[in-house]
This record gives sequence, C-alpha cells and structure tokens, in this order.
Amino acid sequence: MSYAAPHIGWLQIAPLAIVLGTGLVGVLVEAFVPRRARRTTQLVLVFAALVAALLLIVAQWRDTMASGGVSLFGGSYLLDGPALAIQGTLVVLSILAVAVFADRTSVGQDAFAPAAAAVPGSDYEELARRKGLEQTEVYPLAMFGLGGMLLIVAAGDLLTLFVALEALSMPLYVLTGLARRRRLLSQEASLKYLLLGSFASALLLFGAALLYGFSGSLHLGEIAAATGTIAGLEGLLLGGMTLLLIGLFFKVGAVPFHAWTPDVYVGAPTPVTGFMAATTKIAAFGAMVRVVYVVGPSLQWDLEPMLWTVAILTMVVGTVVALVQTDVKRMLAYSSIAHAGFVLVGVLAFSTEGIASVLFYLVVYGLATIGAFAVVTLVRQTRTGAEGTVILGEATHLAQWAGLGRRSPWLAGALSLFLLSFAGIPLTAGFAGKFTVFTAAADGGAVPLVVVGVIASAAAVFFYVRLIVLMYFTPEREEEGEEGVTVVTSSGFTTVVIAVAAIGTVLLGVLPGPLLELLGQAVKFLP
Amino acid sequence: MSVHTLTAARLPFADLAVPVAPSGPWQESAWLLVAVPLVSAAVLLLAGRRSDRWGHWLGVAASAASFVIGALILVSLLQAPVGERVVEVDLFDWISAGQLTLAAGLRLDPLSLTFVMLVTFVGSLIHVYSVAYMDADVDRRRFFAYLNLFVAAMLLLVLADSFVLLFMGWEGVGLASYLLIGFWNHRTEYAVAAKKAFIANRVGDLGLLIAMMAMFATVGALDFTSVFGAVGSMDTSTATIIGLALLLAACGKSAQFPLQSWLGDAMAGPTPVSALIHAATMVTAGVYLVVRSAPIYEAAPDAQLAVVVVGAITLLFGAIVGCAKDDIKKALAASTMSQIGYMMLAAGLGPVGYAFAIFHLVTHGFFKAGMFLGAGSVMHGMNDQVDMRRFGGLARYMKITWVTFGLGWLAIIGVPPFSGFFSKDKIIEAAFMPVAGAEWRAWLFGSVVLIGAGLTAFYMSRLFFMTFHGEKRWTTAAEGAEQHPHESPRLMTWPMVVLAVGSVALGGLLSIGGVFTTWLEPVVGHTEHADPVLPIPVIMASTLVLVLLGAFLAWRQYAASTVPQVAPAGSALTRAARRDLYQDEVNDAVLVGPGAYLTRSLVYGDRQVVDGAVVGVAHVTVGIAERVRKLQNGYVRSYAATMLAGAVVLLVVVLVTRI
Repeated sequence: MSYAAPHIGWLQIAPLAIVLGTGLVGVLVEAFVPRRARRTTQLVLVFAALVAALLLIVAQWRDTMASGGVSLFGGSYLLDGPALAIQGTLVVLSILAVAVFADRTSVGQDAFAPAAAAVPGSDYEELARRKGLEQTEVYPLAMFGLGGMLLIVAAGDLLTLFVALEALSMPLYVLTGLARRRRLLSQEASLKYLLLGSFASALLLFGAALLYGFSGSLHLGEIAAATGTIAGLEGLLLGGMTLLLIGLFFKVGAVPFHAWTPDVYVGAPTPVTGFMAATTKIAAFGAMVRVVYVVGPSLQWDLEPMLWTVAILTMVVGTVVALVQTDVKRMLAYSSIAHAGFVLVGVLAFSTEGIASVLFYLVVYGLATIGAFAVVTLVRQTRTGAEGTVILGEATHLAQWAGLGRRSPWLAGALSLFLLSFAGIPLTAGFAGKFTVFTAAADGGAVPLVVVGVIASAAAVFFYVRLIVLMYFTPEREEEGEEGVTVVTSSGFTTVVIAVAAIGTVLLGVLPGPLLELLGQAVKFLP
Repeated sequence: MSVHTLTAARLPFADLAVPVAPSGPWQESAWLLVAVPLVSAAVLLLAGRRSDRWGHWLGVAASAASFVIGALILVSLLQAPVGERVVEVDLFDWISAGQLTLAAGLRLDPLSLTFVMLVTFVGSLIHVYSVAYMDADVDRRRFFAYLNLFVAAMLLLVLADSFVLLFMGWEGVGLASYLLIGFWNHRTEYAVAAKKAFIANRVGDLGLLIAMMAMFATVGALDFTSVFGAVGSMDTSTATIIGLALLLAACGKSAQFPLQSWLGDAMAGPTPVSALIHAATMVTAGVYLVVRSAPIYEAAPDAQLAVVVVGAITLLFGAIVGCAKDDIKKALAASTMSQIGYMMLAAGLGPVGYAFAIFHLVTHGFFKAGMFLGAGSVMHGMNDQVDMRRFGGLARYMKITWVTFGLGWLAIIGVPPFSGFFSKDKIIEAAFMPVAGAEWRAWLFGSVVLIGAGLTAFYMSRLFFMTFHGEKRWTTAAEGAEQHPHESPRLMTWPMVVLAVGSVALGGLLSIGGVFTTWLEPVVGHTEHADPVLPIPVIMASTLVLVLLGAFLAWRQYAASTVPQVAPAGSALTRAARRDLYQDEVNDAVLVGPGAYLTRSLVYGDRQVVDGAVVGVAHVTVGIAERVRKLQNGYVRSYAATMLAGAVVLLVVVLVTRI
C-alpha cells in the first residue's frame, strides 16, 4: 500500500494558519511576556495577523473566482468562492469586533474579568483586583474561535465540519464567562451555552453518523453523489441531514434551537456578544449553505417543509418576542434570531442569487450588529455615593436609554442608523440586504416565506423604532436617588468601529451594487 | 398644410447636436461645480460654531470657485466647434434595478452653461453681499451653509443629464428654499411661510414625478437623450400628458398660476435669499424645465398652448398684484412672478420663443437681483422697514442704492438701451408671431404682453418713486423708531453696482449680431426669420408708448402728489390685488377646507378602524409574546427539552411529508 502525501496549498491555508498560529503565540505571550507589555503585544499580534490574513484572502480572490477554488487535504478543505468570501467577511468583522475588545474607555477598564479563574466574590478575586492583575487571554481565545470559523466555512467533510464547530464553540464558551461585571450571570450563561452547545453538537454528530451509515462516506460531495444511487435507506439520509442541520440551526439561533441566545447574549461581555452575534452566525450559515447546496438539491423536496417551518418559526418568534423585551441586549438577541430567519429565507431560494444574497445579508447584518453592541458598551450606569460618582456596568434597561439622543446625539444617531438598518429602512444597508434576500427567495418560488418575512420585518420596525423614539423624543428620566446613566468616552477603538460600521451601513445602503457584484462572483461551491 | 407646419416645427430638433464625450480637463471635472459648494455646505453644517469666524468666507470662496470652474468650462465649450457644444460627462452608474439602469451624468451645453454662469456669478455676488447683510446675525454661518447647499442643488438641477438627477437638484433647491425662507423660524409666520412654499412646491413636484413615471412607462428610460430621441415615436396624447405634468412642476417651482401663492410669503426669508433664490435663479427653474423639455412640447401642441396660457395669466396676475402692494419686497415678488410669466409665455411659443425666454431670464436675473439687493440696502438703512408708504425721498440719503436701483428700474420697464428692452421686446415680437391655423393667438397673446409691459412700467415706477422720491414719510420717534437712513457698507454696494452694470449693458452686448440666440442654437434649434402680424416698428413704438404712459401715471400719482402714509381704502380691484386677487381665499375654500375635512375623516377612520385593528393585533401579539417569553425561564433543562422536542418535531415533519 503506497502512501501519497496529501497536497497542501500553503497559500490557501495561510489565513487559517496565521490566525490559529497567532492564537498559539498569544498563549505564550500570556505566559512569558511581562505584565505591562502584554496587552500591547497581544493587540499588535492580533491586528497584524488579521490584516495579514485579510491581505492573503484578497490576494487569492481573483484566482479562486476564476478557477472555482481548490480542494485540499483530500477534499477536507474546500477553498471555493463562497468559502473565501465568507472568510473575508469574517476577518473584516473580527478586526472590528476585536477592536471593541481592546477599548478600555475613559474608565480605564475593558469589559473582561481581570482574573477570570477566580471564584466570584472570593478573597483571591479581591486581591487580584487590588493588585491590578489583568489577563489578556481574550485575544488568543478570539483567534482560536475565528480559526474554527474560517475552517468550518471551508469544511468539505463532516468530520472537519464537526471539529471546526467544536473549535469555534469552545473559545466562545469561555469568552462568554469572562464578563468583568455581573460575573455570576456571565458564568451561568457560559455554562448554559456549554451544555446546550454540547447537546447540539451531539445531535450534529449523530446526524453525521447516520449520513455515513447511508453513504459510507463523510465527504459531502460523495454523500450528494450517493443520494441518487442508493435506494431504500432514505430514513438514514433524511434523518441524518435533519440532525446535521439542527446542529447548525443551534449555532445560528434558529427557532426552536434558539433558547440559549437571549441568556448568553445578555450574560456575555458585550464586546463578546457583538463578536459572536456577528461572526458565529456568519460561519454557521456558511457551513449550512454548503451542506444545503451541495447535498441538498436532490433532497430539496424532502427538506423544504422542515426548512420552511424553521424559517417561519424563527422570523415570527424572534420578532414577536423582541416586541416585549425591556433590555437592550435581550432585544438585540431576539432581533438576531429574527435575522437568522431572514437569512434562512435567502438560503431557501435554492439558486445562485440566493447564495449571493445570503452572503450580502450576512455582511450587512454583521456590520450593524457589531456597531450596535459597540454602542451598548459605552452607555453605563452610575452610582453616586459617599466617594463620588462611580461608573458601573452597562445600562441595558430600555428606560435608561431615554433622552440619550439629547446628551450624545452622535452615539444615539449611530445606534439609530444600525437599528434602521436592522429594520430594513431604505438607504440603509439593511434594506438592500432584505431586498436582495426576498427577491432571490421570491424568484426561487418561496413566495409565502417572503410574505411572512415582509410582515415580520414590518412588525420588527416597532421595537427598533421604539428605541429611537426613546432616545430622541422621550424626556430623560429623573435621576432616582443615586442611580444614574452616563456615556463613557471610548479610548478610540470603539469610536472607530462605530464610525466604520455606520459608514459601511450607509454606503452599502446607497450603493449596494459593487459589493453585490463582487459577491455574485462567489457563488459556486466545489462538490 | 398642418402636416407641413408640424414638420417645420420639428425641424429645428432634427439636427440637434448629438452629445459628445468631454474633452479637456475642465469639462471632465464638471462635477466639481456641484461638489465644491456641497462639500462647503457640509463642512459649515458639521463644523458648527467652530467655523463661525471664517464660515461665511468659506461659503463665498466655494461659490466663487464654482464660478471660476464654470467660466473655464464655458471657454472650453466656446473653443469647440458648434456641432460639439453638447457634451455629456458620465459620472457613475447610479441606479440599476430590474429594467432600469440609470447612469448619473452631467450635460454641458449652451443652455446649462448659461445657467451655471448666471447662478454662480449672481450667486457669488449675493454671497458677498450677505457677508455684510447678515453681519449681525448669530447664525450667519448656517445661512451660508444653506446658500452653498442651494448653489450646489441648483447647479445639479441645470447640469443633470437625466430627469431623475434633475429631480434631485429640483428637490435640493426646494429644500434650500424652505430652509432659507424659514431661516428666522423663531417667528411663527415665517415658519408658516416656509411651510407654505414647501407644500405648494410639493404639488408641483408631483407633476415632475408623474411626468417621469409616464416617460419611464413609454420610453423605459429617463435620460434626456433617450427620452427626447423617443419623442418622435410617442403618440400625441402621451406627449401631452407628460407636457402638462412638466408644466405643473414648472408652475410649482416658478410660482406660476395656479401655484403662485407661495412666492409673496417667501419674502419672509432674508433679502439676499429673495434676490438669489426667489428672483434670479430657483424660480426660473420652471422655465428651464420647459425649455429643456422642448422636444416634448414640440410634439404636444396642446401642452404648449397651456404653457402660453399659464404664462399669460401669471404675467397679468403678477402685474395687477404688483400695482397694489405696499410692501417693497412683496411688490418685487409680484413683479418676479409677472416677469417669469413673460418667460413662460415665450417658452410656450415654441422655437421662436425659447432663446428669448432664456435671454429674458438672464437679464432679469441681473436687474431683479440688483433691485432686491437694493431693497435690502434700503431696509438695512431704514431699520428693516418694508412699507413703501413710510419711505420717500431716499434718493438723497442712499445715492448708490438709488442709482443702481434706478438702472434696474429702467431695465425692467424696458427703456432702450437697457438690458430689459432687448429681451422683453423680443418676447413681445415673438408673441405677435402668427400661428398657422390660429390667428387669434398672435393677437390675444400679443395684446396681453403689451398690456403687461404697460403695467410693469406703472408698478415698477410706483415702487421706485414711492421709495426714492416724493416727500419723506419715515416713521418718527413718536411712532417708536426715528429713521436715520444711511448708505450700506461697501460689501453690499459693490455687488449692487456690478449687477447694475449688467442691467445696463448685458442685454445690448448679448444682442449684438444675435450672439446669445446663436449660442443657444445647439439646444433650442434654429428658427428662420418670420414676420409678426404687426410690423416690428409698430410693435416697438406701441410698447414704448405704453411704457412711458405707465411710468408717467406712476410719477403723477406717487412722485408729484402726496402719498398717504396709510393705504386708502381703494377700489374693489385694488383691495383684491392687495390680497393677491384672493388667491389664498380661493385655495382655502377649494383645497385647504375640503382637504382638512378629508384629513379629519381619514384620521377618524384611521383611529377607529385601522388603529383599532392594529392595536387589536398588537394586543394579541403581545399576549402571545408574553406566553412564549415564559418558555424562556432560564433553566437549561427546559431549554434542552425544547430543543429535543424541536428535533423530534422536525424529524417527524421530514419523514411524514415524505410519505
């Protein structure tokens, strides 16, 4: 038996390798670099790595789009148009998200627990706080997570898909538990996420096993090929596909696998919420689109009722429950669920336009999401006590946002822009996104879905605009005793992120053409 | 015969210059014309109070820069052979949705360049004037931001190569006009005036939208080249609908009957605004639109006749109102309305009138802007008094204002050899041109413009004499404010002087050898000389007699005899004219009243039926939401159970639907 070394395309895996490598180096930095230089080193490393990865992705663009992509490691790593486009999106959004991680604001603290391993309320924690101990493990963790995401969108077999899913999930479980304030809530969210995530992974793995049982292969292309030839085992095939998709539905927060979303989004440190709301969803949708479009077409009729059910449920539940939320982060969590539904509508177009529209929607959604959560990080509670006014954690109750537009018109304006984009108001990117997704779906014959989508979008306008009304047209609440609300000044990172996201949102709303055209090139999956 | 005339009428457009690509750096950078003032406006608005100290000069510089760029483009166009004087500059692909692809581009041709020069030259002068006029206003910077915004929008309007881009500019000038009329919006009536102007304009804008929809429905494109190219294959009724819709738009923007009511109230804005926007440039956009859309009107004789009728009515309407107004700015506004009526009428006459419509528009831009600035100067010296019955004898105190205003006055009433004579006389001649098959038109419209000329001479002389001559009727200390009229600072008088020079010489200079009409030929076509129904010397002589008569009557009543300080009761016509011939009352009775009733009924229906349904649905939704929310109880075990149940349900769905 001869052994042929698998072909390794170094250039093609370079972005992934750089990101994962930076994560490893980051761990070493955490261990060996003197405390004072640690944060700076991490930041320089992370941003350099992300920019390098982005440049490498851009450099490959033309060749990949022309050749249709390359299949590496015996078909386990498929770097085709959609994979590269989503990787690019992920890296760009990660640059923004990690910049929000890095912001220490005028308070001088970032959003993360200085000694995450300490038991909340313990003597050790207090000691660490007094000594000014500060760990920066968030950066390597984010890199590992991003590595998993870059891998999952290019995963050509179910094993790689599963490994990538775990690789992106584990760091997120940890990141969720790192909040500086309300640590118990944060850790609870982390544990919930871990337990439910494991459950979903198990379902996915079970689905993979069934598919292997059906086709004798883990490779997506070979499973697809087997669907037409093997008769009598449809139960295995359809059961396997359903369970596989459920694992991915969990990651995108589709109903009824969404229950973790609100709790985790609220518990996690807000910068992490922004990061995971944008990137995880994009990565999981990347994997889902590949599974559905590579294996799915021949099963379209069998899977459609299930996919339609999930899409409709997701749009309706996300929108309806968001209506009654009183917490900004929770409202945005439900809104992100509803958006997962809108993206699913695009997936169900079963056409190349559908793929392009999904890619575009994800960019648009990611920009507004990171921007919106970045704004949330700056609005803080205060308590006036004996030692003056102390700035505490984020003021997330809606009532605390009343009158914000008058005090911080720019910040409130940016948030309003993101909300309008979520709502899909024309001249924001969200409108262009919804328009392309719905058009593609209607062309693909999913008209009832589009009708539900449009109604849900209309209903969603209510809770988005309610926040805008609250910020601009509702008088500020009287200061009740010692509690108050203030807006802290960003140390620069967050301001830049908000500005970039806002400009992007307007630009893609006014001139969506160029990006749509670019993404229109990236719609061919390798089998 | 009729077939023959139709071809003859269309002939001028058959050999219209085909647009060519830009040549030379200045033509290619035509977008700077719009971009420079726009960026300046953005800077002034965004920089806020920080730019208070230098903001007004930035505004002046931006306007002047546009003028310089415009002049360079003009020179480059003059150097090109006549056949290559229509240049299209492609900017970018703007909208691409379904069948509609629209490229944003600019059209540089004699017509648009004429407007560019008028807007930027007069605009720059008025910017300079405003530096002094608005000196005491704390919001001077904001004022300049709006002025720049206006210049940018107006240039976009005239440079656009498609109706859509034109509409952008159209709305832009509307916005700037609204902002500037209501610039002192702390006074409720000024804010109301701004709103009135805006709403009256919206009615007109609807016309433009309808015209665009009709064009898109029939032609499938909205750029000038395609639309005008397709006119030949359009049936007459479509062309008529488009023409009438465009006329509605023009009526709104140019304050023509029946949408003229806003212009008088628009005088609430600071005087430089009245000079720039509500006299020289924006209000003439309607005339521009009609002349630009000439091929459509050539194919729609009925729409063309409607243009002439509207022009004729407005010209008399404005002139009658102008005779009775005692507010100097409102009298000037009525005059503007009437003069634009002249232009509109000329534009409706077809190829014989287009060039003269634009010619009168240019000369009017100079003398009317000059007189508005003069009025501003008078107000400046008289503590913002606008009642002409409390002026009188100002000639001795404000020499420069008197002289410059006087030259404008001579120009507008059409005394040779001042500018207005050359442009208005041509319109009168054109109105007397015979129309095949409808001889009555030449006589009717000819007489209207003749009478209009006489009325113009009367009300403008009345205004001039009441303000600068006769005895002083100033308010006294006993009445609250003693007047000490004085000449305005140099920054204000210089622009007036420059405009006065234009009022004197521009008309004559541009008439030498028909240079202006020849220049416009690539756009409006060439017309063979024809003879009016009356010999030209007769027309000219009767015009002059009527003008002199009007001026003499005004002199006898307002300079030679005593002018009462409080307006006498007057005849029924005078009382009607003072109230704009009951325009507001008519609008109230015909439109506002029923409109308000309709709104009230709709609001009632909305509250009871629509809101009821909406609120009901909302209640049910919130009820459901509260219940679903209960599922979100925070327990991992129930979440996991939900997931499991969901998984089971989905598996069942997949397997069941398969059967």
